[in-house]
Amino acid sequence: MAVEGAVASRSGLRSALPLLAPAYLWLTVAIFLPLSAMVFFSFMTDLPLSGKPWAFTLGNYAAFFSQSLYLTLLLASLRLGLEVTLWCVVIGYPAAYVLAKVLKGRSREAIFLLVILPFWSNGLVRIFSWAMVLREGGILDTALNAVLPFKINIDLMYSYPAVIIGLVHSYVPYMVLTCYLTLQAIDDSLIEAGRSLGASRLQVLKRVIIPLSMPGLVAGAALIFVPVVGSFMEPRILGGRTGTFYGTVIEDQFVAVFNWPLGAALSFILLAVVLVILAIASPVLRRAA
Amino acid sequence: MRMPRLTALLTATAVFTTALTLAASAAEVHVLNWKGYGADEPWAVAAFEKATGNKVVNDFFNSEQEMLTKIRTNPGLYDVVMINAAFNDQAMAEKLIQPIDTSKLPNYADISKDKASSPMLDHDGKVYGVPWVWGLTALAINEKSFDKPPTSIAEMWDPAHKGRVVIRDDAVEAVQFGAIATGQNINDIKDMDAVKTKLTSLMPQIKTFWSSENDWNQMVASNQIDIGTYWSGSADRAKTHFKLPVSLVIPREGAVAWLDAFSIPVGSKNVEGAQAFINWMIDPKFYVEWVTKVGAPVSANTKAVEALPEDAFNRKVMGDPEVAKRIQFQAPITDAQREAYLALWQQLKVDVK
Repeated sequence: MAVEGAVASRSGLRSALPLLAPAYLWLTVAIFLPLSAMVFFSFMTDLPLSGKPWAFTLGNYAAFFSQSLYLTLLLASLRLGLEVTLWCVVIGYPAAYVLAKVLKGRSREAIFLLVILPFWSNGLVRIFSWAMVLREGGILDTALNAVLPFKINIDLMYSYPAVIIGLVHSYVPYMVLTCYLTLQAIDDSLIEAGRSLGASRLQVLKRVIIPLSMPGLVAGAALIFVPVVGSFMEPRILGGRTGTFYGTVIEDQFVAVFNWPLGAALSFILLAVVLVILAIASPVLRRAA
Repeated sequence: MRMPRLTALLTATAVFTTALTLAASAAEVHVLNWKGYGADEPWAVAAFEKATGNKVVNDFFNSEQEMLTKIRTNPGLYDVVMINAAFNDQAMAEKLIQPIDTSKLPNYADISKDKASSPMLDHDGKVYGVPWVWGLTALAINEKSFDKPPTSIAEMWDPAHKGRVVIRDDAVEAVQFGAIATGQNINDIKDMDAVKTKLTSLMPQIKTFWSSENDWNQMVASNQIDIGTYWSGSADRAKTHFKLPVSLVIPREGAVAWLDAFSIPVGSKNVEGAQAFINWMIDPKFYVEWVTKVGAPVSANTKAVEALPEDAFNRKVMGDPEVAKRIQFQAPITDAQREAYLALWQQLKVDVK
């Protein structure tokens, strides 16, 4: 019985190999090799291609702990990641619910298209359009002042809220898509059963819909949280004076001072912290899912 | 149905690659420079190609570090590279650039003597960089916000401009600017604490950190800023080319000056074409056209500057001996210094969050 099972799984692997090979080859070449090179760099005093002598060191990792600067920024970035994720849930989940359970046919397709549309535009284009909207005398300011009877002054550009707005806009489709998939899979008869047994709409939401769609929420949150913590483009362009985050400091090490070893070390510290957070959260999330 | 399409795609890719390889073997001059900085002006490229038969292929960098990385990692690809004089030393020490035979450059004789003999470009009697243009990192103002232009750097700290001041997101520039504001030599900063204190008090004034000319011009166009650090050539371009209300101020405390030069990388496949291109770039005819059409920094070629109208900014203001006394040319800085400056700058940016 056991032998049979092993044979079956081995032949299953053999037939799966041609299908898996391209993806694994790609992952090896495009992700694993450069990433290992970066791990290697992060333990070096200088890059070999700068033509200077180099040696192995732990100094780049020690640099993180020697200055309060990096820890402060890392905490700021983690907070940014949490806030953006939270806003994506607040905005994305109801939208996903409406798409999955309320709208049907053509109107669903149309709304779906609107949700996906930001994905099809370049990230920089999106950010610069926000710059036009958010600044003083910009589209939002002018439009509100044209409608409202009193004068208000809206200048959100170069501030923390601007960074949040830009990032939420970029990442909310992930939340909508993952939640949509799990919400759509919920059998309508479960909701009807709950209602017919006397549960209020709120109770149905709390006891049936949210628990069943939890995997989508968790997947969406992880997809959003991780890249936002390391983001640098949005904070740099929209954040102005307040736009210094952990990601921008890493970018500076690579671009401004050509200190790849320190930049790589800072990146791996971020990776480790994110993995620890996901590991701590995973039992809770798994139970919820 | 699928397979022929795939084959066609592969064939197309192969043909495309071959075409690229073939194209690369023609007489090409690969130029590495900042984007929108003279060497890639379409009219200049077209005229050069017509006159010499060389084809110009432009490539760009966003920082000096990126430029060095590109020459390090692509040996033999570039024929001409534009290097800030303060980085020439490093490029030469790393054997990235080769000596230039200036006898092949007829216009070299007209380069002003102090620029041509700059110790940053000449090493052991060999020329590693041909001075092209120089300029200032000074202040520029939004004319709408001032009745008369300020004369002192202290204007940046004036509470009246709170939230309407910009400074470039560059550690070296920021620290050297702080050195000028505290009356120090930018190449030999003795009192770093004074610089830090001065910059710390500037941070709450700042709206944002700019990184490209476009950032600066956009903010002036939408009237979001009053004053900020800016490059002289860019201020000129903003005024002549984009018709923005921008004017340059060279504060009485001084300004940071830089010198840009052309070099030929080691392994260049078309040294002759490179020499022709550099000669073209320092030619008075090109320079006058560049200033008139686009706006440019000051040419290192004295004849080129003399070819400008008497009252041209680059001749009248930048050529003023009084200005020459105030400005300080950037000298090379070590990697250790650069990292220390960056650490200081990042700390300032975090403290203001």
